[in-house]
Amino acid sequence: MHLVSPTNKRKLDIIVVGSGLAGAAAAATLGELGYNVKCFCFQDSPRRAHSIAAQGGINAAKNYRNDGDSVYRLFYDTIKGGDYRAREGNVYRLAEVSVQIIDQCVAQGVPFAREYGGLLDTRSFGGTQVSRTFYARGQTGQQVLLGAYSALSRQINTGAVKMYNRHEMLDVVTIDGKARGIIARNVESGEIERHGGHAVVLATGGYGNVFFLSTNAMGSNVTAAWKAYRKGALFGNPCFTQIHPTCIPVSGHFQSKLTLMSESLRNDGRVWVPKKKEDCGKNPLDIPEQDRDYYLERRYPAFGNLVPRDVASRAAKVVCDEGRGVGKSGYAVYLDFADAIKRLGENVIRERYGNLFDMYERITAENPYKAPMRIYPAVHYTMGGLWVDYELSTNVPGLYALGEANFSDHGANRLGASALMQGLADGYFVLPVTIGEYLSHEIRSGKIDTNQAAFAEAEKSVRDTLNQFINIKGNKTVDEFHLALGKIMWEKCGMSRNAKGLAEAQSEIRALREEFYKNVFVPGSTDEFNPELEKAGRVADFLELGELMVIDALNRNESCGGHFREEYQMADGEALRQDEYQYVSAWQYNGMNKAPTLHKEELIFENLEVKTRNYAEWVKTSSPVLVLGMGLLVIKS
Amino acid sequence: MKLTLKIWRQKNRQAAGKFETYSLDNVTEDMSFLEMMDILNLQLLHDKRDAVAFDHDCREGICGMCSMYINGRAHGPENATTTCQLHMRSFKDGDTIVIEPWRAAAFPIIKDLVVDRSAFDRIVQAGGYVSVSTGSAVDANAIPIDKTTADKAMDAAECIGCGACVASCKNSSAMLFLSAKVSHFALLPQGQAERKRRVLDMMRTHDEAGFGSCTNTGACEAECPKSISISNIARLNREYLLAALSNDTM
Ligand SMILES: Cc1cc2nc3c(=O)[nH]c(=O)nc-3n(C[C@H](O)[C@H](O)[C@H](O)COP(=O)(O)OP(=O)(O)OC[C@H]3O[C@@H](n4cnc5c(N)ncnc54)[C@H](O)[C@@H]3O)c2cc1C
Ligand code: SF4
Ligand code: FES
Repeated sequence: MHLVSPTNKRKLDIIVVGSGLAGAAAAATLGELGYNVKCFCFQDSPRRAHSIAAQGGINAAKNYRNDGDSVYRLFYDTIKGGDYRAREGNVYRLAEVSVQIIDQCVAQGVPFAREYGGLLDTRSFGGTQVSRTFYARGQTGQQVLLGAYSALSRQINTGAVKMYNRHEMLDVVTIDGKARGIIARNVESGEIERHGGHAVVLATGGYGNVFFLSTNAMGSNVTAAWKAYRKGALFGNPCFTQIHPTCIPVSGHFQSKLTLMSESLRNDGRVWVPKKKEDCGKNPLDIPEQDRDYYLERRYPAFGNLVPRDVASRAAKVVCDEGRGVGKSGYAVYLDFADAIKRLGENVIRERYGNLFDMYERITAENPYKAPMRIYPAVHYTMGGLWVDYELSTNVPGLYALGEANFSDHGANRLGASALMQGLADGYFVLPVTIGEYLSHEIRSGKIDTNQAAFAEAEKSVRDTLNQFINIKGNKTVDEFHLALGKIMWEKCGMSRNAKGLAEAQSEIRALREEFYKNVFVPGSTDEFNPELEKAGRVADFLELGELMVIDALNRNESCGGHFREEYQMADGEALRQDEYQYVSAWQYNGMNKAPTLHKEELIFENLEVKTRNYAEWVKTSSPVLVLGMGLLVIKS
Repeated sequence: MKLTLKIWRQKNRQAAGKFETYSLDNVTEDMSFLEMMDILNLQLLHDKRDAVAFDHDCREGICGMCSMYINGRAHGPENATTTCQLHMRSFKDGDTIVIEPWRAAAFPIIKDLVVDRSAFDRIVQAGGYVSVSTGSAVDANAIPIDKTTADKAMDAAECIGCGACVASCKNSSAMLFLSAKVSHFALLPQGQAERKRRVLDMMRTHDEAGFGSCTNTGACEAECPKSISISNIARLNREYLLAALSNDTM
């Protein structure tokens, strides 16, 4: 790998879009290294990126607990958790780097939870049998993001990074096949700006909001990734969506978002529904022990309530579809802390989850210390994203994708507390090194001139699209279209999917998209602060992405991780993977209303044996044990 | 329930603003305050009028975007609650609700209920960090920190940077925000090396941004959605004095 010398770094401009964990970490580190960085976010401050909302924790193979954890174990858990649909090399590197992330965060002053001895505390998360999750109360995302934000602020102060708040990137500019800049809109003034750079890094988060209702922040969107896709970047595994098992159930038609109750609650909470349908309307406290079905403990004795998310979500859907769901809608299950409170006392539970319990009470007006919580799965995370190679480069030279915006590490299902780990790994430790290879060939390019034709064309197309939205002057609001799209996606491309529903969804989405361009209403003008206009652009992109997700789900004739095709299941209802789909689907754009081209990246497992995931029994990982000459016992892959 | 809303409308930074009155039906108790605003906007858009602009993103009380001054209180009537976490069960049928933006010289209004809080970023840029570049950290467990201290640092670090403290203060002081950041680092061993310079630089930037000084009325603590304690301001004052009196500010 080539390196770029300090004097040459000063000649190179890098554009980082996004200031979440991945973007802020990357922008700060690239600034420290001496590059000229421009960083963009659409919120009013980089500290408000969606990463701020992560609750439960961040994984790292520190093995501080001496419970058998290792880099290999984290690698193994992540590949297996992802149902063998992730690339070994990337995941192994992630596991290696995880250790340094915690060191970096602590050095920045991130106040992780500690034990009385003054050392760091950890807890367990789903899909693992070790305790490797570091946390800061229920606000881990906030604290690690504020760490990255502080590092970024330091670089803004030195002038190495120039920050553009309230700016939305609306296109990537490519020249001679290379990414050379972006077109951004200052959302306060409405001005359209051209920014040139030797490389463009997209760290713009996930696209769960295609479902309208999700646990994502309201502004989370696919626009940046989608514009890159339209400019030739491949989109990897778009249909891999994570439905999180523990969210507060939907309560009404005007609901705008869903609230997650951190997975860490499954450490102490027990999930159940009544055994008998007749009991569903009863007060849960009046249902005796023998009439309760602790279905996760029953079906998956080895992992119990800590099975991975996809397994837990589907199991909840199964019992609710059987008519044993609880709550007003019948689409909820209980998460019960009575046993834990009896065992540990209310104070310990308050210390561990106090803020989550408060949040639950604020939303539902019910006290979870007294009665079990009611929860239901909700869209939470998207494993799919821009296709990247080992260097986190898309197939467009000079265009990189980090964090949730890429497809890289989580296969068909992400384990809890692994997104923060990946975002920070990509931003602090991976991209700042790998990007040097590309940039070492750019030191003679000189400043990128934004007067070139490609910039003018991209700017014109952005302006035309914005004007188009304003000029439609139809009768439906952007949100009404978004809601309609979300309903199609949730019903036909959600927790379980089948070929018939997916085919219907495709034509319904196309019809909705057509109607959008005839009948949407966007008030005001393009040259002012206009949140409805911003939303229109995002929903227009979701209306295209939705179709690609459906196409991908239709192509994948198997069930794996979060992608459950009803036609492919075992007799006991578990997912049935098919060997011929052991590949990454990387889709190439061919134009609106044209079928995209599928490229397949074969997944080769050299270090792990591909097995059927089994969370019902205890299995041993086969990490070889090496004895070194020093007499030390070291566990290595 | 049925409500009357009096909302501050202002086209842009330069324009003069004024209150507009709207009435709204079909609001239910389970709705969040921002969902109520969504319904108002739906109604306005159906009448081909401009929607009310307001800042929001996470709707979970953590990003610090939402910022409404409701019936004379920052974030509305409930204690320790952000605007987005406020639910309509805190109001009654027939209520009139007055909604304004944060008002402070250092937070100019951009449009309707949206204000410019970039002064907060500038305060942090002046010193709200530990200067540790990526890759130079020692093992995370190399420096034990007793749990009480770590918990106190976390209490301070919970600030979401919303600006309610400024909006509630008659002097428009941002001392609660500033003190939370200074305390977070002053309590931790990692924050020691830059302790003195940090507080001086951040305080100077605070004053330059046009925030007022603190006269200990306690309004900020009462309105802070994260219950950041005013004792942080006492610590800030100690830190500031100590640094100002010492001739070695490194
Ligand atoms: C409620 C919740 C809880 C979670 N809890 C956990 C947890 O406990 N542990 C864990 O590991 N993971 C958790 N996750 C997942 C994790 O938080 C996210 O996957 C991760 O933070 C994503 O980080 P990111 O940097 O990739 O993107 P984000 O944080 O989403 O940042 C995206 C950035 O891109 C910017 N942006 C986007 N589009 C544009 C554009 N067009 N122009 C300009 N800027 C743009 C935004 O302004 C923002 O700065 C949770 C997620 C949710 C929703
Ligand atoms: S101190 Fe409280 S009120 Fe002030 S910005 Fe922080 S969270 Fe908001
Ligand atoms: S919208 Fe994020 S705190 Fe209210």
